Amino acid sequence: MPSPLLPSSLGSAEGRNPPVVRRPVIEIADLDFHYGTSQALHDISLSIAEKEVTAFIGPSGCGKSTLLRCLNRMNDLIDGARISRGAIRIRGVDIHQRDVEVMELRKRVGMVFQKSNPFPKSIYENVVYGLRLQGVRDKTRLDEAVETSLRGAALWDEVKDRLHASGLSLSGGQQQRLCIARTIAIEPEVILMDEPCSALDPIATAKVEELIHQLKLRYTIVIVTHNMQQAARCSDRTAFFYLGKLIEFAPTKDIFMTPSNPQTEAYVSGRFG
Amino acid sequence: MKRFFDSELELFRSKLILMGESSVRQVRDAMKALVEGDVALAQRVVAADDEVDRLEIEIDEEAVRYMTLRSPVATELRLVIVGMKASHDLERVGDEATNIAKRVVRLAAEPPLKPYVDLPRMAGIALEMLRDALDCFLDGDEEKALAVCRRDAEVDAINRQLYRELSSFMVEKPVTISRALELMFISKSIERIADHATNIAEEMVYLSRGKDIRHSDEVKRHGTSGESGASEPRR
Repeated sequence: MPSPLLPSSLGSAEGRNPPVVRRPVIEIADLDFHYGTSQALHDISLSIAEKEVTAFIGPSGCGKSTLLRCLNRMNDLIDGARISRGAIRIRGVDIHQRDVEVMELRKRVGMVFQKSNPFPKSIYENVVYGLRLQGVRDKTRLDEAVETSLRGAALWDEVKDRLHASGLSLSGGQQQRLCIARTIAIEPEVILMDEPCSALDPIATAKVEELIHQLKLRYTIVIVTHNMQQAARCSDRTAFFYLGKLIEFAPTKDIFMTPSNPQTEAYVSGRFG
Repeated sequence: MKRFFDSELELFRSKLILMGESSVRQVRDAMKALVEGDVALAQRVVAADDEVDRLEIEIDEEAVRYMTLRSPVATELRLVIVGMKASHDLERVGDEATNIAKRVVRLAAEPPLKPYVDLPRMAGIALEMLRDALDCFLDGDEEKALAVCRRDAEVDAINRQLYRELSSFMVEKPVTISRALELMFISKSIERIADHATNIAEEMVYLSRGKDIRHSDEVKRHGTSGESGASEPRR
């Protein structure tokens, strides 16, 4: 929806050339995705840079969460969902090849969801859950992982004296950070975050944003968010999606300051979506 | 709670302080060059203007980036807005110092018209105003800011007095016209520097309590400029 406020010289519908991404961890090439007969993603090509935060923004139904869920094959769980063209490569390996072990993939590409979902277990057991699944039994190693992960998720100081209390006894913001601790306990390479702050109050949101800023020193992060200020604050690059298409992908500063596409400008200015 | 982008604001503030120091130095050196007839120093003042210009652009870019990406509100928003305005005033101060320095180079070719007494006195007041206005940025002292606004009238008065004095020189001895005009313009530049210092002081009041005191009774009561003579309205 072009805005009457925008000069036509602002940019073509194709947007600017996609940025050159140094050391991409994830490369998405010519991706089409279907839910049954309905096409949800059209011809998406995009690279995710190592140890950066990449934000996916766009109105509801634009395909941003679908794309995020493709990155660790969460869509496998949905009947009729399939990639109909193109590929997603992580470190050069096509993750939808038959011989790719999905559990292995999800160890490398962890996920944090919109609603915090700690298991009905203690804080300690929540953090070590993935390690126990991997067969780790060494108590010292588990203890270390708990402290390291909770520190990494900026939660240690708040819970160190009650590690055996239920994860569900924590506040919403703490639960979300517990889920982040659980994700980083298995030392993934990439963390996917699907609207991680949408159920949190502003203070808890600020803590998670601060955490994201620290986590990118060690992990590659992809975040889906409806909160444009959050994308502006937290991310290094931003991809704007509309109706299943990638409209513009650029350094975050450019997307919010000088978007080249009138649709991007209309969306980030709050005029549609 | 400290936020990961707080350091950006600290850098913004320190750039503004650096720019303030650079422009104060330019004015001080330009006046020293005038009094001592030091052409080399005057030329250094002209060269130093690039640094102040560069800082103005950097501060503007940083302000726009911060507003776009960090959604500042309240004091933080005022800091960014005031930073942009104050950096523009400081850049103009640098330009006026450069104008003075260029005139010093031209004046050096001829003997002085008269001993320089009023111009250094006037510049001394303008420099104090500028320093005090910049101090308000550091300590948020509103009384000091209002005092800066008050002192603008002193500078305006000296400017008018010099205007009359130099006009009579020109009437009596046309041979002095070119030198008298240079001095008149230098006086005008100093008067403008005081105006910019006053603007900065007003901006600092806006920063500390969010109140815009420009053209307000609060400032008028303190008797800033406004009478004509050789001065123009401040903004």
